[in-house]
Amino acid sequence: MKDNAMKNIELTIDNTTVSVPEGTTIMEAAETIGIKIPRLCYHPDLSLEGACRVCIVEVQGSRNYLPSCATRVQDGMKVRTNSPEIRQARRDLIELILDNHPRECQTCERDGNCELQDLAYSLGVRERLFEGKRKAHEIERSSASVIRDAEKCILCRRCVRVCSEIQGIHNLSQLYRGFDTVVAPAYEGPMAESVCINCGQCINVCPVASFLEKSSTEPVWAALADPNKHVMVQIAPSIRAAIAEGFNAPPGTPATGQTVTALRRLGFDVVFDTNFGADLTIVEEAHEFMERLKTGKNLPLLTSCSPGWIKFLEHFYPEFIPNASSCKSPMQMLSTLMKTFYAEKTGISVRDIYVVGIMPCVAKKFEIERPEHLMPDGTPYTDAVLTTRELIWMIKAYGIDFMNLPEGEFDNPLGYSTGAADIFGTTGGVMEAALRTAAEKLTGQPLAHLDFKEVRAVSGLKEASLEIAGQKINVAVANGLNNAKTILEKVKAGKKQYHLIELMACPGGCIGGGGQPYPPEGHYVLDPEVIRLRANALYTIDERKTIRKSHENPFIQTLYEEYLEKPGSHKAHEILHTSYSPREPKGIK
Amino acid sequence: MATATKDGLESDIVKFISQCRKKEHPESYLIAVLHKVQEKYGYLSQDHMNEVAQRLQVPTSTVSGVATFYHFFRLRPRGKYAISVCLGTACFVKGADKVLNAFQTELGIEMGETTADGLFSLENTRCLGVCALAPVVTINDTVYSKVTANQVPELIRQVKSGKNVEG
Ligand code: SF4
Ligand code: SF4
Ligand code: SF4
Ligand code: FES
Repeated sequence: MKDNAMKNIELTIDNTTVSVPEGTTIMEAAETIGIKIPRLCYHPDLSLEGACRVCIVEVQGSRNYLPSCATRVQDGMKVRTNSPEIRQARRDLIELILDNHPRECQTCERDGNCELQDLAYSLGVRERLFEGKRKAHEIERSSASVIRDAEKCILCRRCVRVCSEIQGIHNLSQLYRGFDTVVAPAYEGPMAESVCINCGQCINVCPVASFLEKSSTEPVWAALADPNKHVMVQIAPSIRAAIAEGFNAPPGTPATGQTVTALRRLGFDVVFDTNFGADLTIVEEAHEFMERLKTGKNLPLLTSCSPGWIKFLEHFYPEFIPNASSCKSPMQMLSTLMKTFYAEKTGISVRDIYVVGIMPCVAKKFEIERPEHLMPDGTPYTDAVLTTRELIWMIKAYGIDFMNLPEGEFDNPLGYSTGAADIFGTTGGVMEAALRTAAEKLTGQPLAHLDFKEVRAVSGLKEASLEIAGQKINVAVANGLNNAKTILEKVKAGKKQYHLIELMACPGGCIGGGGQPYPPEGHYVLDPEVIRLRANALYTIDERKTIRKSHENPFIQTLYEEYLEKPGSHKAHEILHTSYSPREPKGIK
Repeated sequence: MATATKDGLESDIVKFISQCRKKEHPESYLIAVLHKVQEKYGYLSQDHMNEVAQRLQVPTSTVSGVATFYHFFRLRPRGKYAISVCLGTACFVKGADKVLNAFQTELGIEMGETTADGLFSLENTRCLGVCALAPVVTINDTVYSKVTANQVPELIRQVKSGKNVEG
């Protein structure tokens, strides 16, 4: 048995007595009395790096300053977090970094939102006397999603850690040594030819502008300015729960209506909702699931909405490709409908239609270019994907006072959605939405309880067993691809029959996507608290809707009657389904 | 499984790797494996590193991180002429560092690298025990004594024209 009585340690920090559990670091202990020690390489959810030494403090009796992020408290310790000397030492460390850093703040994507800039300011770097020898690297733009600018890299290795420890991809490492050190994929090869799954978590955790999404704002501005283009837009479920953070609202502030209005002000002709695609995905996927339950083939069914997860599947677990749902992602279902159903109905030429997806995700930029997702003439169904961050920037560039906008409504028919679609944006949401529909179809009776709380998982991996129509259904929900590895290995081990597994590449699901706003004041990147608040916003939107089951979406019902016949029909397959193939280089499990 | 694919690693190395796989922390044998590969093939090719990664189940990013970090790993085939400048104490005090610099500038490569035309590589060397002849340079098996930095361009020219040295 472990000794549960946690021992407390008493120490003083800046002459204040602090009592914290054994094992706490000085940095954490200082936070309990409201002192936030400056930091750079540290990230609470990643392994300790201890590389930057910006977090140094003075500990009585120790000859050197100690890094507070990596030093555990001890009884009777006397810590000083501040003195003219400590501040000077920290300033020197930042100046050393700046000596080898481009002076490009005014033209940099992270201007005003950069941890290095913040530190330089708060530590009082006010002039630059020394011009050091600077590293020189080309910007690496091969990837459809992620741009790597090694010249701005300060070697904190947060990206290396997130890519390995959270995502299990291990795409990045530190190459060479000394002055030549660079963080890059294997052999310093192009991102496009690597195992990178385009999740963008490296962008999220990078304190500077070394990783960025490939911007699509220019082509979108151009389409909006073109009078001959019919520009249509759709917004992913998780956008409405996060976009307000870009305008200083607290995390978890829903802003569906403001987003619709802002998009109209920007000049979009039609504003549809990816949620409609989500409802449609559920109807198709529930059908697919029931077919597989009947035949017992290719179980567990693996969800397919997250393009980062899908690329991971192709690199790392191609043996599970037959298990993946053939359903296109909600975005791709909707874009396809815009350029088929909608175009046919309105008589607008497909060539004049320009479709934009507003996504929390940078992998979506890659997804739209996949050959399977091109129209017969080779052009894409979705013409451009903008991240939440890019849309925030466009709204600011236009000068729109976002938070004070009146609430707009989506256009119909592809803008109406049920509550089941809203929760797609959070981990466990696709599962819950699928269960609402599948359970009802399997039992043939209306569901008494719509909330499947057992699959609402904020943690990275959750399993549950449900009784549906006399059948035991084993489900699992995983987010962050290291957790995907864990669950797929369990499936392989074969100790338990799983029926349905939801997989999302990003921590917390789409609400924690690689294209979401940088953390607001007082929070850190991937802060579980921010993820939780964003998820709550989605659950609240769901609860307030009268229709909360995808198959009851009246516009979906009409769509089947008028166009798609029935779930799983030939027409539905032609338009709404896709396929995957193994991909090189092979990933390491 | 244990046989080499076309151009793949040969069976003794493959066998060594599968032994390492059975150990508790296979990744801790990465350096040992890479040494064996370099011993056999003279350098670490990307194909070989990929194969090591797959067989040892260590990410390629880690393999290339290790291979580029340590001086003793060569990432390109050894040049036709392998140049070593002795940096032992005796040679050093007599200006071997300047000689090395001259080679580096003249060939445009660093220690451990090979010129793009595949002709020359610069290698680390231990003291050859001929300190009386310092500074000493060897090019393949030919030993040059009392070399000065000024002589370097001429020496390279001679070697290129096939004089003095076995190819
Ligand atoms: S990364 Fe930060 S410090 Fe560097 S140029 Fe951009 S804004 Fe300035
Ligand atoms: S996008 Fe994701 S997979 Fe690619 S390098 Fe960044 S963290 Fe790794
Ligand atoms: S790219 Fe960004 S996150 Fe990665 S090491 Fe460099 S500065 Fe840190
Ligand atoms: S934050 Fe502590 S060493 Fe970098």
